Amino acid sequence: MTAVAGGELLATQDLGAYYGTRQAIAEVTIAFRRKAVTALIGPSGCGKTTLLRCFNRIHEISFDARVEGSVFLDGHDIYANDVDPMAIRRRIGMVFQRPNPFPTLSIFDNTIACAPKGLNYQGKMEAAERALRSAALWDEVKDKLRTSPLRLSGGQQQRLCIARAVAAHPEVLLMDEPTASLDPIATAVIEELMASLCKEFTIVAVTHNMQQAARVSSVTAFMLADETGVGRLIEADATSKLFTKPSDRRTEDYISGRFG
Amino acid sequence: MTVGPQFRRVARFVSPADRGFAAVVYGGSILFALLIIGLFVELVLGSWPSIIAFGPSFIWKSSWDPITSNFGALPMIFGTVMTSLIAIVLAAFIGIMAAVFLADFAPQWLGQPLSFLIELLAAVPSVVYGLWGLFVLAPFMRTTIGPALQHVLGWVPLFSGPIYGVGLLTGGIILALMIVPTVTAISRDVLVAIPRDLREASMALGSTKWETAIRVVLPAARVGVFGACVLALGRALGETIAVTMVIGNRPEISASLFAPSYTLASVIANEFTEATTSIYTSALIELGLILFLVSMAVNALARFMIWSVRGSERV
Repeated sequence: MTAVAGGELLATQDLGAYYGTRQAIAEVTIAFRRKAVTALIGPSGCGKTTLLRCFNRIHEISFDARVEGSVFLDGHDIYANDVDPMAIRRRIGMVFQRPNPFPTLSIFDNTIACAPKGLNYQGKMEAAERALRSAALWDEVKDKLRTSPLRLSGGQQQRLCIARAVAAHPEVLLMDEPTASLDPIATAVIEELMASLCKEFTIVAVTHNMQQAARVSSVTAFMLADETGVGRLIEADATSKLFTKPSDRRTEDYISGRFG
Repeated sequence: MTVGPQFRRVARFVSPADRGFAAVVYGGSILFALLIIGLFVELVLGSWPSIIAFGPSFIWKSSWDPITSNFGALPMIFGTVMTSLIAIVLAAFIGIMAAVFLADFAPQWLGQPLSFLIELLAAVPSVVYGLWGLFVLAPFMRTTIGPALQHVLGWVPLFSGPIYGVGLLTGGIILALMIVPTVTAISRDVLVAIPRDLREASMALGSTKWETAIRVVLPAARVGVFGACVLALGRALGETIAVTMVIGNRPEISASLFAPSYTLASVIANEFTEATTSIYTSALIELGLILFLVSMAVNALARFMIWSVRGSERV
């Protein structure tokens, strides 16, 4: 298992997660490169989404869900007793598989819905423009900021969700198969966006699409469920190396399409 | 036609089972339409002598005098609208907050039995609420709640005047208790049906559970929650026996919520057996007609509001 040396923004130590008595992932130790895209790949049911949901403590809002081990943000364990999950989630934003803008808020209000509080109108306007620009959506929506987000296309909605996450000023962006419900053109736009966003944010993206992982990430982590159905990290390495010379036999089987 | 003969339609309903089924479903839905039209026609026919005798002034006259056969419906319309308004304001606030709690905050061991109990409340016969209102709530209003409200808000005309215990406010509170289960149960179902990823989207960006529930989940459910309130309001408008027992039954309009009043439904229930003259009976039926039309209007208005909200959200 390739653990990267210290000083990382986000890292885990022996992380395990449960739904009730069923263990979903076990013994995950990994560190994520700062201001880079790391892709989590693996077949369905290998626990990659669960792992992602542990990073901002959103896993625990599921019924009967539980976590063991540690996740470190800037060296601090976010599962320590005195940590406020809300504060963690403001530093670690999330984008979901299906675009989920708030249906009753306008595009503008969606963008700043989770932005830091206490801004005046001018401040909100600037924050919204900045976030929408970094999500490459500003030019398409600047004339209809007051309209419903449900009129946007799926790809635009997903970029709005990215803008909403960016406006909250996180340091880490978690993306759970952000293009799974989009067409190829919208997917390409989001992938370009990931490449530009990683100059500013540390991005961890789950994908079931190996080509996507190869295109957007500089590091790739491969997960696989063992025979009891518990997801484990098999290896994590530079994307170019993992896809050409994986060090584990199972990784090679997966990327060469022998299963999954 | 290029369609082959084997595909040509012979008859709309081929088998006897088809025809039987069609007759049942068509008949059932036509029956409903006939029922409502028949009801309306019957009410108009029954109230015709009164409509002829008093004309439209029946609606805005406030005398109700069986001795001189001089009838006006305004006090009852006022009483009906006021008690229902008090009820829906109280019930909407409490019911929606309870629904938010049940849908998003209550742990399962508490939420399940609570939801069940609330639905059970809706099954309590209204005469039981009336008894409780008469023997428990009305005295309590007279000795405790009324004086307290008057102490704080006595300078507002709404809370001035003598406190009898029975009256508009007591009627409104009884109604609120009766319709709160409706508001809560339906709103809860609507809130639970809001997709989970919407909640997670808000939570995942650092909002608290409260912010998520009030700013994201509740607005997303607003059409359904509004529908729950309208359904409850419809019940409040027509509710008879419990209100009759606690409202004081006096056909007067007063600015004070503590004053006794009367509702359309209570007058009909109270006085139908003692209506000795045919014009008296006819006036009571006209009250029924007004109640029918008011309920229809409220429902139509609600439909219209739901449509307009949906329309503006349509892609």
